[in-house]
Amino acid sequence: MTSLNHTTLQTRNLSMNRPFLAAALIASSALPNLGAATAITGSGATFPAPLYQRWASDFKKVNADVMVNYQSIGSGAGVTQFLQGVTDFGASDTAMKDEEISHARQNAVMIPATAGSIVLAYNVPGVQTGLKLSRTAYIGILVGGITKWNDPAIAKANPGVNLPAVPITVISRSDGSGTTAVFTGHCAEVSAEFKEKVGSGKAVTWPVGVAGKGNEGVTALIKQTPGAIGYVEYGFAAYNNLAMAALENKAQNFISPSIESCAATLASVKLPGDLRAFILDPEGSNDYPVVTFTWVLVKKTYGDAAKAAGVKAFVTYGLTTGQAAAPQLGYVTLPPEVVTKAMAALEAVK
Amino acid sequence: MTLGEKSITTRLGGPANRPYRPRADLFRAACWIASALTVALLVFILGEILCKAWPAITKFGLGFLSGVQWSPNRGVFGVLPVLIGTAASSLLALLFALPLGLAIAIFLSENFLPRPVRQFIRFMVELLAAIPSVVYGLWGIFIVVPLVQQYGAVLADKLGFLPLFAGPTYGNSLLTASLVLALMVLPTITAISRNSLVAVPPTLREVSYALGATRWETILGVILPTAAPGIVASTILSFGRAMGETMAVAMLIGNSQRLSWSLLSPSNTLSALLANQFAEAEGIQISALMYAALVLVIMTLAVNIAGDAVLRRTQRSLVGLK
Repeated sequence: MTSLNHTTLQTRNLSMNRPFLAAALIASSALPNLGAATAITGSGATFPAPLYQRWASDFKKVNADVMVNYQSIGSGAGVTQFLQGVTDFGASDTAMKDEEISHARQNAVMIPATAGSIVLAYNVPGVQTGLKLSRTAYIGILVGGITKWNDPAIAKANPGVNLPAVPITVISRSDGSGTTAVFTGHCAEVSAEFKEKVGSGKAVTWPVGVAGKGNEGVTALIKQTPGAIGYVEYGFAAYNNLAMAALENKAQNFISPSIESCAATLASVKLPGDLRAFILDPEGSNDYPVVTFTWVLVKKTYGDAAKAAGVKAFVTYGLTTGQAAAPQLGYVTLPPEVVTKAMAALEAVK
Repeated sequence: MTLGEKSITTRLGGPANRPYRPRADLFRAACWIASALTVALLVFILGEILCKAWPAITKFGLGFLSGVQWSPNRGVFGVLPVLIGTAASSLLALLFALPLGLAIAIFLSENFLPRPVRQFIRFMVELLAAIPSVVYGLWGIFIVVPLVQQYGAVLADKLGFLPLFAGPTYGNSLLTASLVLALMVLPTITAISRNSLVAVPPTLREVSYALGATRWETILGVILPTAAPGIVASTILSFGRAMGETMAVAMLIGNSQRLSWSLLSPSNTLSALLANQFAEAEGIQISALMYAALVLVIMTLAVNIAGDAVLRRTQRSLVGLK
């Protein structure tokens, strides 16, 4: 059996009878590169998980030789598994920290795969849509300085809106999450008070409110609590028909979260050579302020040609054909120059 | 049939004539191995947690237990608010469940109702223990949370001057979690209390009636005091169960590590904290969570050992009365 080479095995695959197939399977498990289907496993961020899973199932239709399996276990665990070599690719929506990068530098490439915004969704009785929140207002709410919906700081930006005297309940994430990291990163950037009282990171201590687990937990709490406001990923909020607030950006315009306003932000970002960019407070006049790239982590050398080819083919698919699926799920198509840079980085994978 | 005869003859014949039976030895060995494995597993788990927690133990020491802030993003880890939340939610749950459970136990152990009806009620109460935790959580979200939101606001309005009921009111709060926990420990309290009430020797009851005591006096003055150790044991075991409960609590307590006196404020428990933060933890945070797990294990072990000891004492004290 071992004398069979790769091509003969593949060409004869269809006409094989059962015992022969079984023997071939045993042979292929002993020898890499001989199997018909390569299994690629990845794990990590929950934020882009719906998109990656969609890519995986679409990719199988065009490329039956490669089976991709993505598990959304969270950025932190995903990065750990990837660095330990448990998975073939990882995914993280906070760019890896410097020490993690240096730990993995010899053999890891970060490739931006998609982007999305994080929104402040609300449930204010009588205000179905169109709430505008200035920086003072939303930071004030989050640090506990503003406690009622009819506070003058909120009313100022919302002339003509009948704001009720309902107490504000801030809903945050109880689990560590990249979504929290991106959102608190933005808040800490725009407000010294927030930076001092809360700080930024995947898990922070919120001065007010209650916390739910995952985007779904936060969504449920917002839906159920009159007077609630909380941060969730845009796709999740849109899918659940949550009302989303327009936020004041650096240019002092109120921008509603949407695919377009997120794309506007991305267009104004310059990606550095290592493709790591933190968009803390974008400057464009139509930029939605809380936007993040999300990255796929791949190895530079896999030591397994089939695996390397499979990972490359999958990520290439995501960066090209797969981008069209992004808006359907609430993510943003990457700007062409980002895709070009990402494809160039992918070339290094062997 | 032959087997029965054989065993009779061996019994009569005494140990000297007993034929060698490898099955019994095998069975004994299997039992030994199984029980040794159980103990080994516990030791292994404790050792593993201790190892993983060691960096945090050396770094934070006992200050971990008295620290009031849990901010992984700043490397600050203190579990005092969570410890208080764990103890408070469990104690409150007992406060709600004990009178109710005891009342049910008395009702089911006396002959107020025909036996089949009592059996049915007992079965229903014990069935509560079979409901999965997550279902309690969901039920809490859809039923208890709105109730607490609505009536909590009234409570805060009328009694808000007391720190216990100070606003603002949250639906997901210590009170909500405790109410649902109370329901979850109800079957434990009821079942064990009922067993110890039923175990009170009938002679005691008869003597009490013979001396002219009413039923009320008999229950309060004779039956309850006699069964008290069993009732205490049921309470302690329920306390252990309430402390370790994770899913329903994580869904209802609001997951906030802030110190507050108010029952209407969100809080957190050790098990909910672990369930929430473990997946995304890294570095020293994993150690700190393991340290918290160690504290939880020690607390639950202590409570369970205490409950077991009391229960054992009850059984011993009742033996003399029979």
